[in-house]
Amino acid sequence: MRQSIYIIMDNYPVARDVYRLRLDGPTDALTHAGQFANIRIDGMYLRRPFSIVDWDSGGFVILYKIVGEGTRKLSNIPIGRTLDVMLGLGNGFDMTVSRAPLLIGGGVGVPPLYALAKRFAVNNITPTALLGFASKYDIILADELRGLGCKVIVTLETDGQRVTDRLDEAAADRDFYYACGPEGMLRAVKRQCPLPGQLSLETRMACGVGLCRGCTRETLAGGKRICVDGPVFNKEALAW
Amino acid sequence: MVSAADLSAAVGAVRLANPVMPASGTFGFGAEAARLYDITKLGGVVMKGVTTLPRLGNPLPRVTDCPAGMLNAVGLENPGIDNALKNELPALASMYNGPIIANVCGFTVDEYAALAARFDESDAVAALEINISCPNVSHGGMAFGTDCRAAADVTRAVRRSSRKPVWIKLSPNVTDIAQIARACEAEGADALCLINTLLGMRIDLRTRRPILGNTFGGLSGPCALPVAIRMVWQVYEAVTIPIVGMGGIASARDVMEMALAGASAVEIGTAGLVDPTALIDIIDELPGVISSMGYNSYAALVGAAH
Repeated sequence: MRQSIYIIMDNYPVARDVYRLRLDGPTDALTHAGQFANIRIDGMYLRRPFSIVDWDSGGFVILYKIVGEGTRKLSNIPIGRTLDVMLGLGNGFDMTVSRAPLLIGGGVGVPPLYALAKRFAVNNITPTALLGFASKYDIILADELRGLGCKVIVTLETDGQRVTDRLDEAAADRDFYYACGPEGMLRAVKRQCPLPGQLSLETRMACGVGLCRGCTRETLAGGKRICVDGPVFNKEALAW
Repeated sequence: MVSAADLSAAVGAVRLANPVMPASGTFGFGAEAARLYDITKLGGVVMKGVTTLPRLGNPLPRVTDCPAGMLNAVGLENPGIDNALKNELPALASMYNGPIIANVCGFTVDEYAALAARFDESDAVAALEINISCPNVSHGGMAFGTDCRAAADVTRAVRRSSRKPVWIKLSPNVTDIAQIARACEAEGADALCLINTLLGMRIDLRTRRPILGNTFGGLSGPCALPVAIRMVWQVYEAVTIPIVGMGGIASARDVMEMALAGASAVEIGTAGLVDPTALIDIIDELPGVISSMGYNSYAALVGAAH
């Protein structure tokens, strides 16, 4: 974990209510795709946790959806201003267990899967991505994943389709899945997909570093903190 | 050259190198904090509240916020007394040499007494903080801290079952905190800790449902400071035993204000959840702030506003 001051380089909308934010500053604390940042926003008391969509030696990027007061305030902060960030939180995905990964994302659960796909691509492993969105106006990162060479399947609720409707087809030649999205989607994926897998969970958090136990949820191995024991859990650990 | 102000503090027989302790529930059992900062600089530490049996706590979400504070409804998640004594306490004692305060929460008077007796087994425990003020459990907790007679019953039972100093942690969710304080003092409490969190709630405009899984939660953070200062002041006027002040402290100046109201030492919780080095930064700033006020010791400030 590193707490530091980062400068806003980009903060603009990329889909309906979804913004792309690039913050420049030290990224040495980021070691795994699937880790998150806990960001202080002026006017909100608690930091807000966001998954990382991409990073390099000079900074990192998040995609966030405006869902409340905190994210609305964040969307109004101009380029050039600074933010206090705790970076490199959480365990992240385990990339060593798959040679043919399937990425399953729903809505703003897709960003950490892009970070994962990019790092797989470096190792000449090309994931398949199965992405679900509410409508065509909500699609994020599909083109970017295609740009990495991924086979991308998109389902839209406006078409009456969910990711689970295309799961068999997407999983056909895959050996492991990585999933992030709404809990209802994650539960359905865990029930239906026979592959081994890892799922990234989310909840409201306070400290993000394991002090307050504000994010503990029950697993088959007892209460686990999403911030430090997760956010990524093996599917066998979840009591769904 | 002017010598640096003396930070040493005392809560009855418990001596602290400085007045700053992490509040129970914001420090776990020390392992996570030790990865973030040098915990040996803390004046004392207060462990996560311990119950007889392990507790998973409340359903998510357990936290939310407001412009100057947060609500929590963790619900006393803890590994239980056996695990705390066997694993957590020795691990903490191996990292930290100063006073360790064990926070105890029961659901009956007998359970409080039994837990206090169990902590008597450990030389590593300097004092007991008896939590009769947790707002996030359905029985016990705050029920004992909002009634003079129940508070007195718990204090008497714990006093009889333990030789350790007994600190009673009071709830602000009462009509007259001075009355409760006097009841605890009369039954032999060695110190009073206040305030625990203020009962509150928030509602999500999108779902039109309470945000917290437990519906209600405890409000803490800077918005609680004026309430805490007022109650420490009232209790200082009502009793002669020492007070550990807490509630919204976020700076060295807040610590000074708490001392002037009557706090022999302080606990800081929520500030450390937003800024992980807050407690250490405050300890580092204290000597300068004390000197700038014209004092040469923390102890000289305690109760000086009365």
